Amino acid sequence: MEPVVCEKLTKRYGEVVAVQDLDLVVRAGEVYGFLGPNGAGKTTTLRMLLGLVRPTGGKVLLHGRPPGDLSGVGAMIEGPAFYPYLSGRDNLRVLASYAGVEARRIDVVLDLVDLAARSRHKYATYSLGMKQRLGVAAALLKDPTLLILDEPTNGLDPAGMADMRALIRRLGAAGSTVLISSHLLAEVSQICDRVGIIARGQLIEENSVAELRGAAGLRIQATPVEHAASWLRLVLGTAAVTVVDGGLDVTVDPARAGEINESLVKAGVSVSELRPRERDLEQVFLELTGGESNGR
Amino acid sequence: MVGSFRAELVKLTKRPAVWLLLGIALALGALFAYVIPYLGATTGTAGPTADRGLAAVLPASIVGNTLAGYPVFLGALLVVLGVLFVGGEYGWGAWKTVLTQGPSRGAVLAGKLSVLTLAALGFVLAIFLMGTVASLLIAAAEDASMTFPSAFDILRGIGAGWLIATMWTMFGAVLGILLRGVALAVGLGLVWMLVVQNLISELAAPLLPWVDSAQRGLPGPGAGSLVSSLGAPVGTPGVEAVLSGGPATVVVAAYLVGFVALGAVVLRRRDIL
Ligand SMILES: Nc1ncnc2c1ncn2[C@@H]1O[C@H](COP(=O)(O)OP(=O)(O)OP(=O)(O)O)[C@@H](O)[C@H]1O
Ligand SMILES: [Mg+2]
Repeated sequence: MEPVVCEKLTKRYGEVVAVQDLDLVVRAGEVYGFLGPNGAGKTTTLRMLLGLVRPTGGKVLLHGRPPGDLSGVGAMIEGPAFYPYLSGRDNLRVLASYAGVEARRIDVVLDLVDLAARSRHKYATYSLGMKQRLGVAAALLKDPTLLILDEPTNGLDPAGMADMRALIRRLGAAGSTVLISSHLLAEVSQICDRVGIIARGQLIEENSVAELRGAAGLRIQATPVEHAASWLRLVLGTAAVTVVDGGLDVTVDPARAGEINESLVKAGVSVSELRPRERDLEQVFLELTGGESNGR
Repeated sequence: MVGSFRAELVKLTKRPAVWLLLGIALALGALFAYVIPYLGATTGTAGPTADRGLAAVLPASIVGNTLAGYPVFLGALLVVLGVLFVGGEYGWGAWKTVLTQGPSRGAVLAGKLSVLTLAALGFVLAIFLMGTVASLLIAAAEDASMTFPSAFDILRGIGAGWLIATMWTMFGAVLGILLRGVALAVGLGLVWMLVVQNLISELAAPLLPWVDSAQRGLPGPGAGSLVSSLGAPVGTPGVEAVLSGGPATVVVAAYLVGFVALGAVVLRRRDIL
């Protein structure tokens, strides 16, 4: 049973089409990155998954059931929201009652997000990052098999972000399914098995991170560059070689780097740099999403 | 359902604003139902309520005297309580946090309204206790009779107070749901309680016969008639005998049920943003 299935999911707010004909499948046990610029429709999609917002059209299934039954599902949507007059611990106590979870889970999740030391302080006194951690702790209360996190690293410092990534990777390794939204492809690429990119309410690309990075190749700095280019065109074919910024972008298996270096040197070219070439992830992302946010 | 009730109970009892409201209700209740009438009866000059005299603040009158506040001023505090308790969920954006833990909207609302009903009882009992202490002190000071009304009268008074108090908290709750927040809901709730109700009964009803008959179906006059039938002194704001006790009870109960139903339907249908 796939943990998350959306079919032709659509949400309209009057004139604004927030999500349009979205087909999305998250497989059991994977960490799925849901990416898009501001206003792309990520939060709206996640709200529909959780039954907070009713779709205008299409269908949502969580563990094969329509939304409503959230057993085994933990979520944090669009930033943490708690009761400011309660301590972090009391906030979790309240939520554990709603969820029907035993109170001893509270200490477990507080430790997981590294908030145990401040758990008896009022939520109102928490820093942004601490609030965010409490939000993640609440999402983990049920020990969920499906975890849905909307921009969980928002407001975290670099150490906090690294902790969060480690936590998510750990949960993924332990067999939980994780659906995580973000603006930053580079960030989720480190932890996600697959990535879906949404722009203007539509899924425009869905792939593994490796495939998104695109065709592999080599980047070569050599002199004289014209000589090197014509030699490599001869060896590898015209299409495989382009001159960019005074260097060569060569489409070839990076494992052949040594062999290519040798042939260039033999041809009388001096090679000053030769390294595997990857498409820059943010560049990929900007190209795919049209380079602007959809905030309008 | 039981879990939701427990959660809401923690949220209510740990919220400082709730205790502040109760404290204000007790202080103002003591001041206007006991201290000022007592001073008026013993030292004051002839005012509009001076003729009520000492009898109104003695233990024998406790039921009517403590109930008299519910149509307007205690009612207004209870509306604020209802708005705070339900509207706060919107203000803090906490609905999503609560609902993603799994309970249905119906279960959360049922837990919330049960806790509000209990809070209304606590409120009524606290006011009654304040009345007991105040009237005994006055009786002791004036060497007057310390006999209380019969247990039946007391229980009936507490029951009527609880019914009205619950109705007002539900009014606040439904305002919080309809207006999705605290500020506007409190504002409009108080405008209704303190201004519109007065304008209708003092200004419009004497002029237009149809307004006069229509206002019998409003919650404020219903509450005013119910407490008046149990001995609340006419002349206290909002206390008026436009209906007899039975129909007044029906009107108040009907509003209670209506507010709950409206709140449940709207909460279930709307998107949680
Ligand atoms: N309640 C609402 N009423 C009207 N429009 C809405 C509402 N909620 C969202 N939208 C619109 O739907 C679109 C998608 O919004 P959404 O919050 O899903 O974007 P997002 O991908 O989460 O963006 P961000 O990265 O900024 O969080 C936006 O154009 C937004 O203005
Ligand atoms: Mg968002």
